Amino acid sequence: MVVLKILIRNAFRNKLRTTLTIFGVAIAILSFGLLRTVVSAWYAGVDASSATRLITRNAISIIFPLPLSYKDKIRQVEGVKTVSWGNWFGAYYIEEKNFFANFCVEPVSYLELYPEFVLRLDARRAFLNDRKGCIAGRKLAEKFKWKVGDNIPLKGTIYPGTWNFVLRGTYKGRDKTIDETQFFFHWDYLNETLKKTAPGRADQVGFYIIGVSRPDLAADVSTSVDRMFQNSYAETLTETEKAFNLGFVAMTEAILTVIQVVSLVIIIIIMAVVANTMAMTTRERIGDYAIMKTLGFGGREISILILGESLVITLTGCIIGILLTFPVARIFSQELAIIFPVFNISSETLYLDLSAAVVVAFAAALIPTRRAIRIRIAEGLRRVG
Amino acid sequence: MEHKPPIAEIRNLHKSYRRGELIVPVLHDITFDIADGEFLALMGPSGSGKTTLLNLIAGIDKADSGVIRIGGTDITALSETELARWRADHVGFIFQFYNLIPVLKAIENVELPLYLSGLTAKERREHAAMALKLVNLAHRMDHYPRELSGGEQQRVAIARAIVTDPAILVADEPTGDLDRVSAEEILGMMERLNHELAKTIIMVTHDPRAAQRARTLRHLDKGYLNDGRS
Repeated sequence: MVVLKILIRNAFRNKLRTTLTIFGVAIAILSFGLLRTVVSAWYAGVDASSATRLITRNAISIIFPLPLSYKDKIRQVEGVKTVSWGNWFGAYYIEEKNFFANFCVEPVSYLELYPEFVLRLDARRAFLNDRKGCIAGRKLAEKFKWKVGDNIPLKGTIYPGTWNFVLRGTYKGRDKTIDETQFFFHWDYLNETLKKTAPGRADQVGFYIIGVSRPDLAADVSTSVDRMFQNSYAETLTETEKAFNLGFVAMTEAILTVIQVVSLVIIIIIMAVVANTMAMTTRERIGDYAIMKTLGFGGREISILILGESLVITLTGCIIGILLTFPVARIFSQELAIIFPVFNISSETLYLDLSAAVVVAFAAALIPTRRAIRIRIAEGLRRVG
Repeated sequence: MEHKPPIAEIRNLHKSYRRGELIVPVLHDITFDIADGEFLALMGPSGSGKTTLLNLIAGIDKADSGVIRIGGTDITALSETELARWRADHVGFIFQFYNLIPVLKAIENVELPLYLSGLTAKERREHAAMALKLVNLAHRMDHYPRELSGGEQQRVAIARAIVTDPAILVADEPTGDLDRVSAEEILGMMERLNHELAKTIIMVTHDPRAAQRARTLRHLDKGYLNDGRS
């Protein structure tokens, strides 16, 4: 089709301008894609939540503990299949900058509740049999070059002192949405040490994780658990794992809103840049369009020429931007693994990139197309020469 | 001898342009006929309205009032879409600045009007090649306009104008941007199209030498047709 031939050749008629516009679109799409991925990364924990897991914490705040004795009572609630518990340990490795998520957990029930943490059988056995043993996510072990059998000293902040662990295995995520930067060790190790060094802090649990047999039991089990400890000195708040994780996201909602606004602003700016390019090209080619109209071509062909050129420029920039997003996101993922343990470009982000590019192309071509269609042939021909 | 009806009948044509608040009359009550197979030159000083008249006859501008009947069709009554179709079928255009599409090769420029004709790609290519051969440019068909001289570009424009075999060719200062040798060549080619292919040619020109090649000469002055035809 001649119109297609003309529009593609037109798109690269002014090479410098087209290249700069494509570069601008590519950078905008790269920025937009990265910002969208940051937003997705923020919700990674929420997305990875299970509908059959509930979290029970102190009703006042997560920083207040619950008695260990609650575990037996919770187990008796109808619908409860498994109960595990743990504490946020909050230690770092050698230097404060080497901070990562570390928890002490009851390992047997915990690994049963989190089948998405894939651990080799021999590593699992070694971990369960060694009270000072620990497991780490694959990415975390790679970051610090830990190998199985290594001694790992962590400096406590909530529980002071240096705590030594032996790495018994590294887990992998069942899929790429699973955080592979966490560190787990035996709750008993912490508790027994506390019994000797700070007995007042022993037998205290940061949170319980309750596994229910079916997702539809979650509401009833939550109500039953919380009712059981009503009016006690440590009342509980039980919610689904998703709601629990969303609570953390909500604390940073303002930052997320800013990121989303910035990503929108980027699209608006690039729309203005492409619109400017299309306005200039259309003004330069008004004589060509007048000639085509003279020869009998109609508004449809002229619209295809301008919209098509806008699409060629914008989609070329978009594809380059998307291709750049992958290596840049990989670098982000490596450098910021602790802040964003799951930093994957979702297919939704790619669709948004493409949709944004198409919207920009059409919006930018709208006014120039209208002008080119409406211009009188005689007036257009006067612009030639 | 059989009397052939005129190919164009122009009756009481009026045209004015609006410049801001000001209405500038350009053509006043123009009435004349153009015989089938005529080679007509329209002359007149700048601003006399000759290009406007040519544009109206060619259907690329609209009159304020009056009738233009070409080959029996009242083109003033046609819609924009119908007029576009009519132009594609009946009129070939030759402009002062050639008006070729710069991103298309010579043969692609000549093929351009044929995309509206329903011909196959092969047929289009054959027709375009033949038109280029007629203007002695078969050897330059794969060149872009920027690679051709002014005379060659105008010959491509002539090939584009005749490729659909239109009844009428309109030429607006076809030699205005050419040197003398190239201008003679283009005028000779137009004469041949008129004599050998019986094309009706309406040419606007400033150049008396170009006007001499026409069979009929009409003068426009301040929007009025001077009846002292030659």
